[in-house]
Amino acid sequence: MVWLNAVLQGTLVGGLYALFATGLSLAFGVMRFVNLSHGDLAVASAYIAMSLSATLDWNPLVILVIVLPGALVVGYLLQRLLFDRIVGVDPSFQIVATFGLGVVIENLLYEKYTADTQGLDVGSLKLSGFKINDKISIGWLPLITLGCAVLVLSGLALFMRRTRLGRAFRATSDDADAARLMGIDIRTVWGVAMAFAVATAALAGVLYGTRSSFDPFGGPVRLIYGFEAVIIGGLGSLWGTLIGGVILGVAQAIGRQIDPQYGELAGHFVFLAILVFRPTGLFGKGQLR
Amino acid sequence: MSEFRSGFRVVRGSPASRVCLVVLLALIAVLTSVPSWAEAATQRRMVELFTLLSLAQMWNLLAGFAGLVSVGQQAFVGLGAYGMVALVNVHGQNLYWSVPISAFIAAVLSIPIALVAFRLRGSYFAIGTWVIAEVASLIIVQQTSLGAGSGVSLKVAGFDLETRQHATYWLALVAGVGALLIAYLILRSKLGLQMQAIRDDEAGARGLGANVYRTRLIVWVIASFWTAFTGAVYYLSNLRVQPKDSFSVANWTAPIVIIVVIGGIGTLEGPVIGALVYYILREYFKDYHTWYTVGSGVVAVAAALYLQPGIWGTIRRALKVDLFPVRRRLVRQADTHVENGG
Repeated sequence: MVWLNAVLQGTLVGGLYALFATGLSLAFGVMRFVNLSHGDLAVASAYIAMSLSATLDWNPLVILVIVLPGALVVGYLLQRLLFDRIVGVDPSFQIVATFGLGVVIENLLYEKYTADTQGLDVGSLKLSGFKINDKISIGWLPLITLGCAVLVLSGLALFMRRTRLGRAFRATSDDADAARLMGIDIRTVWGVAMAFAVATAALAGVLYGTRSSFDPFGGPVRLIYGFEAVIIGGLGSLWGTLIGGVILGVAQAIGRQIDPQYGELAGHFVFLAILVFRPTGLFGKGQLR
Repeated sequence: MSEFRSGFRVVRGSPASRVCLVVLLALIAVLTSVPSWAEAATQRRMVELFTLLSLAQMWNLLAGFAGLVSVGQQAFVGLGAYGMVALVNVHGQNLYWSVPISAFIAAVLSIPIALVAFRLRGSYFAIGTWVIAEVASLIIVQQTSLGAGSGVSLKVAGFDLETRQHATYWLALVAGVGALLIAYLILRSKLGLQMQAIRDDEAGARGLGANVYRTRLIVWVIASFWTAFTGAVYYLSNLRVQPKDSFSVANWTAPIVIIVVIGGIGTLEGPVIGALVYYILREYFKDYHTWYTVGSGVVAVAAALYLQPGIWGTIRRALKVDLFPVRRRLVRQADTHVENGG
């Protein structure tokens, strides 16, 4: 029964990892861009939600109505003002610029909030849930998180398939130059894609902050989990990303059940094993380029 | 045709590079003598500078020349440090021999690491190396014989204090100057030529017979060896080894990346200039450490976006000089030679 519980809780955490991964997957899919400050943006969002929540005396989850539109704007501006210059060039400058941005965000958070760990207080929701039997209970918060992940991914899939802008996303992803020739404003497409990416990071960051404590330097680990979910699921597959997140979460939960020290390691080992035995991921089609 | 060919020759040195060599040798002579006249605190500061010089040069070799942009260099700093601690504290080996042996072990470990990491390209390679560094750190944290999460002090009892300080300083000097020499020798070799050809046009280089995988692997192993060597030397000076310090991306890879990008990625001079600028300014703004990190990060982002050649790349473009002669230039010989030639 403890194992079943581990799988169940791992699946729920997997939803969070999938949310961290969604933005990475999207930005890579649309413009072959990897933002190494993705995790730091998520953690920064959690801090901003914390400050706003204290000022306005609202529940941090309600603060999302401010944080998410803000993140959309930040993402769009980041892309238009900074990242546009380094899409499609030598990836080393993407790495350096976004890695540097991460360093800046971490140290600004450290300067403002110190290194103390913080948490988002969602009141009674934090510990409430329902029991399936004596041994297994499911928390509302993890369930909401997984629900958010499914909702975001479904919404994104629908958006990609059904809307005009979604079609432009796919066209830009397949061949940016041809898309440009067909009259698509690819700069707007890139900007909107990064806006979505940062917004999903912010959502993930706030949900993460409601269930575990965070500190200014926790961004890179969030980035790594998201990245592992993307690779396990396979590049270019949105649903693969969800399953990748769930596999990562379950691996960590099972590892933790064996020995509390093995949780993170078990997740990393599953990722490395996928890399060795199936480098395109479980549902990926393309090359890892 | 022969007339045409005889009219040119391949030149690498230049007056500037010969002056630079003399200055460099004189500088090394002065730096070697530092322990005989400087205080221990000054020597420790210099060890830090040499560490940055070496690590930056190795990262530049990987990222600027071999197209391997790693964000996991802290893995090798940590492995070098912990290899040394394991050899000295657990196995009772000689303090100084443990430094190269530990680096050798890290270099051997870098091969299976490459087998996994090389499956990823570009930005994903960067995050992949980061994951591997996390794994190395998580494994070390579980070794109770190495102090687990709280770390361990290197056992130096029995080694004369002054000898140890001097030896540490000289080893650090070897690390710093050696990194430059290694990078220089690699770039002058056939390996270096292949490496740069691959960086500039992978498909083209492959077509001309360059073995891309092998070339990258060799450079990776060499850089891992020297990064671990430097990490071990740094902790020989620091003595206290902790997982959260030695495997920290913020302590190692972040400053290295910033240094190389500001100095000029893909040049030998860039990391040297970047490390000097970074180090001197860091000492100057010591009381504002966080703001200094923020500022240097902003400058690095700006350099990556707007000034990709960095400080040295910009100077080189303006003055057309190379201090370290690694590039081949075609020079026309005197006209008489052309007419008589053939």
